[in-house]
Amino acid sequence: MSDVDEVITRAHRTEWARVVATLTRRFGDLDLAEEAAAEAFAIAVERWPADGAPPNPGAWLTTTANHKAIDRIRREGKRAEKQQEAGMAHDDDPPEPHGVIEDDRLRLIFTCCHPALAAQSRLALTLRMVGGLSVPEIARAFLVAESAVGQRITRAKAKIKAARIPYRVPSAEDLPARVSGVLAVLFLVFNEGYLATGPDTDPVRRDLTAEAIRLTRLIRALLPDDGEVAGLLALMLLIEARRPARVSTGGELVPLAEQDRGAWDATLIAEGHGLVRERLAAAAAGVAPGRYQILAAINAVHTSARDIRDTDWSQVLALYDQLVRVDPSPVVALNRAIAVAELDGPDVALAAVDRLEDRLAGYHAYHATRADLLRRLGRGGQSRAAYDKAVELAGNTAEIAYLTRRRGQLG
Amino acid sequence: MQYLVSVIDDKVDPGSTDRQPAISAFNERLIADGYWVFAGGLADTDSATVVDNRGEEAVFSDGPFVETKEYLAGFWVWEAPDLDVALELATEASKVCDRKIEVRPFR
Repeated sequence: MSDVDEVITRAHRTEWARVVATLTRRFGDLDLAEEAAAEAFAIAVERWPADGAPPNPGAWLTTTANHKAIDRIRREGKRAEKQQEAGMAHDDDPPEPHGVIEDDRLRLIFTCCHPALAAQSRLALTLRMVGGLSVPEIARAFLVAESAVGQRITRAKAKIKAARIPYRVPSAEDLPARVSGVLAVLFLVFNEGYLATGPDTDPVRRDLTAEAIRLTRLIRALLPDDGEVAGLLALMLLIEARRPARVSTGGELVPLAEQDRGAWDATLIAEGHGLVRERLAAAAAGVAPGRYQILAAINAVHTSARDIRDTDWSQVLALYDQLVRVDPSPVVALNRAIAVAELDGPDVALAAVDRLEDRLAGYHAYHATRADLLRRLGRGGQSRAAYDKAVELAGNTAEIAYLTRRRGQLG
Repeated sequence: MQYLVSVIDDKVDPGSTDRQPAISAFNERLIADGYWVFAGGLADTDSATVVDNRGEEAVFSDGPFVETKEYLAGFWVWEAPDLDVALELATEASKVCDRKIEVRPFR
């Protein structure tokens, strides 16, 4: 990649959301903002290699996109009508200095994740408008047809306009509820990257995990006092830190117990641990931690152990007990049982897991966990049946390879 | 921006019938705060008549245009600056009416 290509790639990653967000505030129209931003980047791709990259690519892109947007409005000759239709606050002022809560990009994220939009649309729209991912990229990531993604985005934009979904950060009293919706979208993006589904994708989609972390960092910078934002960022960093050790060169999932801990990313772990410590201090001061903070703490325990045998399982179990109270879902109960197996033995854990059958029979991890516990109890036949079921339901290629080999070892 | 705010009742599981005083108080507030445009409660769907004069002669049929478990029981028209304001009012309206509420912008 040439230097200019690299500048363009970097500018796209760092400036796309800012350009779209600035134009959205200025013109009150998501479509216009997106088209003008895309045009500005297209011009950059054409000109920068010949003329050299400008000293301030972000400012260049914003100015160019601004001109393109004005050209479009003039061409369509219906500026007045457009403004009337826009359905979002319009303002001609120059961009505000980047205040903590009024950042244009944050408004854009909250608009894209508005609760009046369908969950799938929020995801697609956020990745497109804030992440700058193309429609085919989003379609690939979530294994849906490009036409469906395009339709979701179009429909969501139309609803934002027609129903006048405001382009703003929600008021202080609505903020906690609305932030949790944004975090849920970002965690979905991260999880799909971390355990990508489908026979034709890489088992880990580094682009998606990186994007989710980048956007969460953005929210963290803008809402530094929100405990769950810090928790989610810590959680993502501590999971991402283990990525280099998680898939073998043969494309097989390596479980936590067998990972080469020397290959973990020490910088990410240090940052994640720092955030967890910050939240522990807040918890000690009486702020009850939410789901992401507890999950981050669990991951902090795992990443603190130099060897699987050094893992403080009673600490892990105590954290799961806390998590069950905040999030009493069967998936949490399943993960808790894995810690129970380490402390009280696989038979106790199996009894707990079997109680979840009604609710988790369609979930591959339920069968994979049972298979492992049955194997440890020497019940080979039942274990093999459980591995079969897990392989049948799993969607991640590395996980399927691992489960298949494990089943084969039962002889 | 004007929104049509529909009150949706359920024939199988109807909302409670003692809501009128609370709705009246809520209406007073809508008027005082400048959101009120218009409102109306509707008689039972059995009292509806559908007219179809797209063909050669008008056809009148007894009953609503579609038979469903859920039906429109009444509506408001509100003037609100954006959907967040309309949804906040609708959240309150649903509690006040003890029924589901649909919010839909006018074109």
